[in-house]
Amino acid sequence: MAASRQARALVFAALGDETRLSLVARLCGRPPHSISKLSHGSRLTRQAITKHLRVLESVGIVHSVRRGRESLFKFDPQPIEGIKEYLDFVSEQWDQALFRLKSFVED
Amino acid sequence: MNNQIEKRIELKAPVSRVWRALTDYREFGEWFRVKLDGPFVPGQVARGQVTYPGYEHIKWEAVVQKMEPERLFSFTWHPYSIDPKIDYSKETPTLVEFRLEKTTSGTLLLLTESGFDKIPSDRRLEAFRMNDGGWTEQMKNIDNHVSQTP
Repeated sequence: MAASRQARALVFAALGDETRLSLVARLCGRPPHSISKLSHGSRLTRQAITKHLRVLESVGIVHSVRRGRESLFKFDPQPIEGIKEYLDFVSEQWDQALFRLKSFVED
Repeated sequence: MNNQIEKRIELKAPVSRVWRALTDYREFGEWFRVKLDGPFVPGQVARGQVTYPGYEHIKWEAVVQKMEPERLFSFTWHPYSIDPKIDYSKETPTLVEFRLEKTTSGTLLLLTESGFDKIPSDRRLEAFRMNDGGWTEQMKNIDNHVSQTP
């Protein structure tokens, strides 16, 4: 999947919302879900869920597929993997820097 | 979602010592591995040259935000902007905050880096191992979720 640069830039923002994060959690590693299935047991309306799914779709975290009259949504881990790599990198650099600071002030 | 990196580390040194290591530009440079041109001044750009082996060609730049003695030191920067082909100046910087708290054995240092939601994530960097921190924790949750349900 080759998301555009802009789409990738928005992955963080797309995930920065509890509803969308819970949708991601419900979709990942599972077969594609319909909007009605996703709104089942939720306090949100179908429209609200659709809106959130479209945000996730715009950054490539979910894709919609047609099945008959319904749209099914499926999870794509790739955009998140890309971000995870980057944050892991920054986080690792901090671990190393703070370890050096520790040695520096404790010596 | 919590999109920031959070670290906490216990240092067996007094707060005053840690404060100096953080805010004296020469001392900061020692452990951070950057040779800075001059002292940190709030509101001003701090510049220098990375001294980390293998990255000596990289320039280092940050804008000092707050210096509240022995309490808070913060700056904004473009985190680990190590690819000379990318113009990082177009990206919104992240905010790095060091907070110090006195403890019975020395100092508790809390580090947060926030504002990653503004950073294009298409920087291709090598993958590194998983760490703690708010965001990475969330990512781990998703990751676990994925691997548990193949």
